Amino acid sequence: MVYSDIAIFALLFAVFFDLFGIKTQLLTKAVFWTSYAIILPFQLVTNWWLTSRNIVMYNPEAIMGIRIASAPLEDLLFGFALVLCVMAMWVYWGGKGVQKK
Amino acid sequence: MLGKKIVYSYRVLKFSYVAMLIFTVAGSFWLEIFLKIGVLRRIKRVAMSIFPVAIFFLIWDAYAISQGHWYFDSKQILGIFGPFGIPLEEFLFFTIVPMAAIMTIEGVRTVKKHWRVGDE
Repeated sequence: MVYSDIAIFALLFAVFFDLFGIKTQLLTKAVFWTSYAIILPFQLVTNWWLTSRNIVMYNPEAIMGIRIASAPLEDLLFGFALVLCVMAMWVYWGGKGVQKK
Repeated sequence: MLGKKIVYSYRVLKFSYVAMLIFTVAGSFWLEIFLKIGVLRRIKRVAMSIFPVAIFFLIWDAYAISQGHWYFDSKQILGIFGPFGIPLEEFLFFTIVPMAAIMTIEGVRTVKKHWRVGDE
């Protein structure tokens, strides 16, 4: 499996995990999409920094080749999956009463 | 003269990836002070949220590095490596970026108090 495959899998897993796994259902909530809207520009800038300066480089055969602000599209999918999973876990533990306040 | 310049830029260059991490910290940690989101205070919940997720992403990182899906410019990283040849910056990335995400959602909820999050 190359980066594209794993990035798409990570995205689908994150969506499934949030909606049906731990049922936090952040994807149905304004608080998540507002947060992601704030995160997205930062994600684009940091991805751009890492890729345009060749700090991180990609094997052309591991990616689809679609680039947004110099970074492979896969970076955005992976970032979305990471952010969604972590936020879902955070809300999940809060719901379980772990350090609620 | 030119030689000096190159030595200087080379010294700074190794902080290229670290600079991105500092930027992320700067962009999110201020919420702690100005919106009093209290995320750092709940460090146990932070760890319990990040660790199980980060571990999978680091396994992925290790796999991708071993397969050559991506690679790092050795001049632009600190040159400190953890298990499976994962640069220190990557471990920090999978700690700092998730913390920034948690701080963001807590920041939004602080401003939009009537919005449901799901852990009320």
